[in-house]
Amino acid sequence: MAKKPYQPPVQSKGGQIFDSFFILALVYAALLTPLLLGLGASNGATKHQTAPTWESLHQNTTMAQQWEKLGYTPKTAAPIIEQQFDYSINYGYLLLTIVVIGGYFFFMLKASRKEYLEVIDEKFGDDSH
Amino acid sequence: MTDATTASAPPQPQRLQLLRVLGPVHVWALGVGIVLVGEFMGWNFSVAKGGAMGSLIACWVIGLLYTCVAMIDSEVTSTVAAAGGQYAQAKHIVGPLMAFNVGMYLVMAYTMLEAADALVVGDLLHQVAGQFGYAMLDPKPFVVLTIAVLAWLNYRGIFATLSINFVITAVAFLTIVVLFFALKPWDPTAALHHKELLTGLPYGWIGVIAAFQFGIWYYLGIEGTCQAAEEVRSVGRSLPLGTMTGMITLLIAASLTWYVASGLVPWQYLGQASVPLFDTARLTGSRFLEVFLFVGTLFSAVASANGTITDAARAWFSMSRDRYMPQWFGAVHPRFRTPFRAVVFLVPVAVSFAFTGLLDQVITFSILSGLLGYTFMSFNMIKFRKQWPLGSIKRAYTHPFHPVPAITLMALCITTYFATYLGYGSQLLAMMGFYIVASLWFHFHRYKYVRRADQFTMPWPRPRLSR
Repeated sequence: MAKKPYQPPVQSKGGQIFDSFFILALVYAALLTPLLLGLGASNGATKHQTAPTWESLHQNTTMAQQWEKLGYTPKTAAPIIEQQFDYSINYGYLLLTIVVIGGYFFFMLKASRKEYLEVIDEKFGDDSH
Repeated sequence: MTDATTASAPPQPQRLQLLRVLGPVHVWALGVGIVLVGEFMGWNFSVAKGGAMGSLIACWVIGLLYTCVAMIDSEVTSTVAAAGGQYAQAKHIVGPLMAFNVGMYLVMAYTMLEAADALVVGDLLHQVAGQFGYAMLDPKPFVVLTIAVLAWLNYRGIFATLSINFVITAVAFLTIVVLFFALKPWDPTAALHHKELLTGLPYGWIGVIAAFQFGIWYYLGIEGTCQAAEEVRSVGRSLPLGTMTGMITLLIAASLTWYVASGLVPWQYLGQASVPLFDTARLTGSRFLEVFLFVGTLFSAVASANGTITDAARAWFSMSRDRYMPQWFGAVHPRFRTPFRAVVFLVPVAVSFAFTGLLDQVITFSILSGLLGYTFMSFNMIKFRKQWPLGSIKRAYTHPFHPVPAITLMALCITTYFATYLGYGSQLLAMMGFYIVASLWFHFHRYKYVRRADQFTMPWPRPRLSR
């Protein structure tokens, strides 16, 4: 026999507005703020040359020609060419990332299962006895 | 009746349904329209992370990830054909909190993609204005205009919106093909310089792995075809046909794009360009190709933004209809039969992120939300087969070699998280922080407004669950 259906409370208009703004605020606080504070991509250090040439920037003749067709000189191209990613691994930071992602999925699957069993029991009847 | 889902009136009034007007062509246009912009911008950030060759390897490996996604999604979608796509799947197979998260993945992936598209429109116009001596042109009004006009089209109706998408997507795809043939690929040294421009792997193999992050961008969003399942006339025929032809289109477009761009543009420039195919056309010296690729880039960005508004609004609408989000957003427009409130609500989010001008980082948020969704698909497939073994329910399609695609997908997702950690680790943590707080909010607060059994709507037998 199916369980007595759960009757959810009715949410007020004010509650709906608050929930909508909560999600908006969360998007802005968690995602937009780090971008605006420059905490997004972590490129490595840039080596600056005072008087770069295509040779010192390790650009062959064809590369230099293409840069020039795009409107660049060695001086204006240097900041782009010298920008490098730093792939050295910070193991503490990596471990933190693994724990956060793993913890997120662990909690979500655990809580989802609890909620799912309620759904199934109400839909098909309690099967636990 | 104006609002089918107001909160205060049990028993519920009759729901207005979305119109079933879409055919395979619209499904193709929705899928390719969203993704094709990935050939015009964004994929090239994988060149910055691993060099041009690294980007090509990433394109192939991530192609394998999407093959797994397509195999898994075809089986589950052919069985759970409802608006919301993967969201509806999660509700029936894993549980409400997972479904809430999947809904949010879809909304965030598409809204960030919409922001990136609008940003590219602004950047493109700014760049072209600069070439004509108007370097001070502010891209922001064009960002707002793009999003506002497309949101208005979506507000008015999906049929006209996706019909327009079909035309502009087809033109955008044609520009890639024309560029490819104009560069005489049958004579690789005539106009292209792969021998001189390809530099091996500048960061070694770790750079190749790092490039997986933006390799996702070649294909991200193709799974969005199943978002409109409730509005497709013949789901069993149109969805697989539209999705498969879309995937073939993208594979061709990705290969052509990499080939022409890496043969003309130095890899360091390519790795940071906001409109790489337009830049490639500039390097051909042909004014016709330059104008044509300007049109292609513009059209692809507009088509993509158009499709993402459609998909994000439908995911938000589905969640609101189930009370996962405030019910007010679950209303269908009485005249246009569109989820009009959901369309409008997401506009400021897209505009805000587009205004940052940080294309690679806005794209990264979209990629991460997509990646979380693919991770879900891997264990969702295992659970689906376990809870409803073959023969227990009707499946229009059954994918072969189970569980190999699910395990491969999970392994590739884990590798791509690591790829994102390399260079974009703080954004990865910010995104996870967002989903963790949102999950706690849903589980401990929002879920109390949700009817339990109403979430399970498929005519299936009780799932096999171990307690």
